[in-house]
Amino acid sequence: MLSRVADSLYWMSRYLERAENTVRQLDVTMNLMLDPGEATAETRWRRFVAALGKPPGLEWNGDLDAMARGLVFDASNHASVIYCVNCARENARQVREEISTEQWQMLNRLFHHTHSPSTQLQARDNLSDVLAGVQDGIHLFRGVSDATMIHGQGWQFIRLARYLERAYATATLLEVFYPEIMSPPDRGQSGFKYLEQVGLLRCCTAFEAYCQVYTADITADRILEFLVLNRDFPHAIRYCVDATSQAVDAIQRSGGRRPPEELRAVIGRLHAMLGYTTVGEILTGDAAAFLHSIRKQCMAIHEQIYHHYVHYSIQFALTV
Amino acid sequence: MSAGSIAELESLFGDYSLDHAFDEMREPNGELREHYSALAETLARLPKEELQRRKQSADISFLTQGITFTVYGRDEGTERIFPYDLLPRLITAREWEQIERGLTQRITALNHFLRDIYSEARILNEHVVPQDLVYSCKQFRRQMRGLQVPRNVYIAVIGSDLLRLNTGEFVVLEDNLRVPSGVSYMLTNRRVMKRTFPQLFHNYGVRPIERYPQLLLSTLRSLAPEGRPEPNIVLLTPGVFNSAYFEHTFLARQMGIDLVEGRDLVTHDNIVYMRTTDGLKRVDVIYRRVDDDFSDPLVFRSDSILGCAGLFNAYRAGNVTVTNAFGTGVADDKALYAYVPKIIRYYLGEEPILSNVETYLMTEEKERKHVLKNLDKLVVKAVGESGGYGMLIGPHSTAAQREEFARRIDANPRNYIAQPTLDFSRAPCLIGERLEPRHVDLRPYILFGDKVNIVPGGLTRVALEKGSLVVNSSQGGGSKDTWVLQD
Repeated sequence: MLSRVADSLYWMSRYLERAENTVRQLDVTMNLMLDPGEATAETRWRRFVAALGKPPGLEWNGDLDAMARGLVFDASNHASVIYCVNCARENARQVREEISTEQWQMLNRLFHHTHSPSTQLQARDNLSDVLAGVQDGIHLFRGVSDATMIHGQGWQFIRLARYLERAYATATLLEVFYPEIMSPPDRGQSGFKYLEQVGLLRCCTAFEAYCQVYTADITADRILEFLVLNRDFPHAIRYCVDATSQAVDAIQRSGGRRPPEELRAVIGRLHAMLGYTTVGEILTGDAAAFLHSIRKQCMAIHEQIYHHYVHYSIQFALTV
Repeated sequence: MSAGSIAELESLFGDYSLDHAFDEMREPNGELREHYSALAETLARLPKEELQRRKQSADISFLTQGITFTVYGRDEGTERIFPYDLLPRLITAREWEQIERGLTQRITALNHFLRDIYSEARILNEHVVPQDLVYSCKQFRRQMRGLQVPRNVYIAVIGSDLLRLNTGEFVVLEDNLRVPSGVSYMLTNRRVMKRTFPQLFHNYGVRPIERYPQLLLSTLRSLAPEGRPEPNIVLLTPGVFNSAYFEHTFLARQMGIDLVEGRDLVTHDNIVYMRTTDGLKRVDVIYRRVDDDFSDPLVFRSDSILGCAGLFNAYRAGNVTVTNAFGTGVADDKALYAYVPKIIRYYLGEEPILSNVETYLMTEEKERKHVLKNLDKLVVKAVGESGGYGMLIGPHSTAAQREEFARRIDANPRNYIAQPTLDFSRAPCLIGERLEPRHVDLRPYILFGDKVNIVPGGLTRVALEKGSLVVNSSQGGGSKDTWVLQD
């Protein structure tokens, strides 16, 4: 596969995953604000922005609804949902011949949906419905991708990008929320703390899955265990790293004359770090540093992917 | 047709007045031409709302498929749907047979011509075509002199523009021998039309065109360098900002070949490679959708980054086939066009089956004087331009525009030609809720590898503005599906 094509598929996938993550977190945050709770709207917004990785242009200005709509529809803001959708489509357009017609139609529909004036109008009355619509669009695209595309290198790059983006986003989210959820439970038993914890799980669509594993008995260490170390839940970091690793192996098997040794090493390290630890160890050690290290390793994996598949030197390629 | 449906038909016609232009659907006396009557009857029977509904569903289909083109001179990357008309244009088997023979003859002769002028130049030495005209052409590439082109095929992919005069005769307006576009619209129009009028389509017995991508692929394969039995074929595009980008992706996907940009290619030791995730992979055939000028900064324009440095040398070494060949634009120069009938007679010893449009050369003193006196009746075109740019349409021009063109012609006579303003044929189009006639042309697509192949049909382009004679998509033109009927 052409390096440029792999590059475009990779970013198409990352941008869509990013859009979905933003949509879901925004929806949960807005929903949490309905309950009075201990935190003010401003605190919650700041925390939310921090969980997105502190993109610029999202400073609190007092008008929550307008800010939320801006985060969805303001194409000049690089963190906005519409910007991510635009970038995903632009990347797809550059590799139009590599993706299936169904994928392209689905992505195009999502693009036109987010751009339509009626959607923007609807957002004034019911932002949540709009967010649900965008999420549906992304889910449909993903489903169609799995069902209509050859599961070859291109598909693996899409998968690789999705899980790498997701691992990074989940690690960022936990890094922000970790001090919060580890604080002692609220004395009044008012249930706000519970709402916050459920909110955190919902940000990763993890609430129901969590209940299946641990029942509705929600505790901070279990949340951390579930979202970091679970190997079967698709939003857990360990699952994402496993999937990334499998995608790299599949790409290697499907063509590769050159084994991606360095790339394998960085993935293997993160994989081992998550595979051979317990939540107890994480909590007795420096949990914040642990989460931060996951993010750094994700970035290193990204760099190695580029170094190996996209921006390699010609001299190097000719000798292998 | 029953009396009732005639009344319905009449109510379907909007401002459908016949004039001296040939009407594709109606005889001069207003009656329907035989092959159009089934179409008209179907339309008359459809409730108006149903017709509109089908139009809308076809529109949506174009939009969600992202069948768009990019408009130049606006914000970068402005996309538009290619406007199209819901009603098919019909061509009878007999008409098509003549077009097919005529184009085959013409393309064969033009390919002989290219081979000749880039080798012995017999036709120039024998003064059948003036040397000046060829050597002064901006599209003449001296780098091609004496170069052995695979199978001697210079032009493998062609799209010629035909018009129908008021006599009903098809004539050739222009041969596009460089990078003709529009074939993807031909194919997608057909797909949408089959869904819009399934029964009608079935009843008409339309000849299929869907095989085009496969034919194109085998044409490209037949031109691969010697000793490359499993050639790696790619389509070279200028990139996503090119107006025909949709088409490039469409064709690459339909053929199952890689779509590459200049930045994907590297040359080493006169071999072209593409950068893949598995390292470098050798390229054998390039279907080039990038103009000569931008193809190789070492040989052509040095400020271009759209092509690939070293491509021409690899081509000259015979390690890669690039098609169409470089320098083919000399044969579709609008001034050389006037000599095509002579070129056909010279190489094939046959009379041209399809005529040319009468053309005045500004380099000929007498003709120039005549043109300058009659600018208000003629169409003046710059020889190297396409897409409807750089044109003066006499009857629709202002005195100031005519003066401007007179000045330009005097300054550079080689750069202009003039032709009579043609009343080319009109076909019914759905304008609002009614049928109105609009001017149409026809661009069949010709492939030339082992032999000449023309898929039955082509792109019918429509000047959607009332009275307009300009069919180019960049100038408000649209398209129609073209149905070539079986016997």
